[in-house]
Amino acid sequence: MNIHTARRQWPAEGLTRIPYWIYSDRDLYAEEQERIFRGNTWTFLCLEAELPKPNTFRASNLGDMPVVVTRDAAGVIHAFENRCAHRGSLLCLKERGEAKEIVCVYHNWSYDLTGKLTGVAFRRGIAGKGGMPADCKPEEHAPRQLRIAIFAGLVFGTLGANTPPLEQYLGPDHVARIKRVMRAPAKVIGGYSQIIPSNWKLYIENVKDSYHASLLHMFFTTFRLNRLSQKGGLVVSEAGGNHISYSMTQDVAGKEYEQAGLRSANEGYALEAPGELLENVDEFGDGIGLQILTVFPGFVLQQIRNCLAVRRVVPQGLDRTELIWTCFGFTTDDDAIAELRLRQANLIGPAGFISMEDGAAAGFVQRGVAGAGDEESLVEMGGSGTASEESRVSEAAVRGFWKDYRRHMGF
Amino acid sequence: MNIEYMMRVADLNARYVDAIDADRLEAWPDFFRDDGHYRITTAENVAQGLPLSMVYTTSRAMMRDRVRALREANVYEGQRYRHVLGVPLIAAAEASGLRTRTNFMVARVMRTGETMLFATGCYEDRIVLDGPEAAHFAEKTVIIDSRQIDTLLAIPL
Repeated sequence: MNIHTARRQWPAEGLTRIPYWIYSDRDLYAEEQERIFRGNTWTFLCLEAELPKPNTFRASNLGDMPVVVTRDAAGVIHAFENRCAHRGSLLCLKERGEAKEIVCVYHNWSYDLTGKLTGVAFRRGIAGKGGMPADCKPEEHAPRQLRIAIFAGLVFGTLGANTPPLEQYLGPDHVARIKRVMRAPAKVIGGYSQIIPSNWKLYIENVKDSYHASLLHMFFTTFRLNRLSQKGGLVVSEAGGNHISYSMTQDVAGKEYEQAGLRSANEGYALEAPGELLENVDEFGDGIGLQILTVFPGFVLQQIRNCLAVRRVVPQGLDRTELIWTCFGFTTDDDAIAELRLRQANLIGPAGFISMEDGAAAGFVQRGVAGAGDEESLVEMGGSGTASEESRVSEAAVRGFWKDYRRHMGF
Repeated sequence: MNIEYMMRVADLNARYVDAIDADRLEAWPDFFRDDGHYRITTAENVAQGLPLSMVYTTSRAMMRDRVRALREANVYEGQRYRHVLGVPLIAAAEASGLRTRTNFMVARVMRTGETMLFATGCYEDRIVLDGPEAAHFAEKTVIIDSRQIDTLLAIPL
């Protein structure tokens, strides 16, 4: 038992209560980095499509650790710490590019694309003076190499010695639902990021919270993109940390929201040009118009009609998180669907009609609980369990996240 | 150098940002031609030749819809912008309009008083001088220098 489980106790009620100190404890943050991000979990690093050919690299993150992902001359993908064996400098100073080797700018130590140290400048000194002692082994300080697994065009990495194989970690539902979306080779159409003024876990909870979708995001509800009364479901993995929320495109139900008189049901509000924004095609052929899928700890795969994206949640401190979006289509796209994807992207991202509130909501909680470290969050929509269910008026996926979190953190 | 073009573009720019900063968002679409295009993207996307935009409108109707959404649907904490623009650069004068580039810096002021340099970048516009004293944007591309947006981007830039 470590110092923190001795000092901090989870509320006796279990998963239906989240203690607010969890978002503001500095020592816990450091432990999360070690036990979760550098532990026995898989972190999404980048799309395979972002390493388009041999001898390319892409910067990424394992929690707040900087990482380089490469595709070597033989086409094999590797990832290693973005940290020089010598004095700890960043090795790779660019987001992406082409390179046959990586050279540290500080003292010119060189690495191949697997992260193996290949050269130490002036190792033998000059004219018999200086240089490194013969018994010094800098290779032993080399940046740690991540174990890589690629599934459906998604590159995952781990530093955990005991991380289960990726498909086992994902679980059968996630394997199927990821393959469903990644139906052809991906093609990146662009990206951007949001700096969210909150602890990383607040954003993750927001994504798993299917209950808020039509209540905070009025756009969604009014245009019937994801009313909770539409047919669909909530799938939570056995360990709890992975979830899928989905709904069909048909609007089956009637006026449940209007009758409840909720803010979000404003029938007087109509778009002038809804078709230009919302026109879509059933490219997956199964009538599922929305699927939000998460993998513990910080990966999101989004399908909103034809608007597809991966999101990486990167902690940058106790109350600061970078949410990195990469939107994609497929190499098989024609001009028509390519245009639909660009229009529907108005729905997502920092200016998104249905996502702009999420970053702010996480920030509101971080600020709201500033003086309430010993108080607790109430998470009882849908009961107290973490099982999959048909109703999305449920916080089961949020409880599932905490179940998995507690297991990794030893609570 | 055509001084008259520069002045008319500068005047359009000034009126455009004045409307946004003064929260007269309903006037924002009227600075465009009816089939005007407006999009917001990042320098990184442009450099890589990638088409994704944060805001992508291809008509004034879509722009009016965005204003409606901001007024009636979207939830965001009270905030205002303050634009400061550079002198416009007239890159080309073509039959289809003036191709211009104008640098911008936008501060965002929250209801709490917290002020930050929210976005810097360049407007790449095609402007039509469609009357003796009139000018409208046929295309406006807002290219933000950074790929990072703090919290959200609600009000158009």
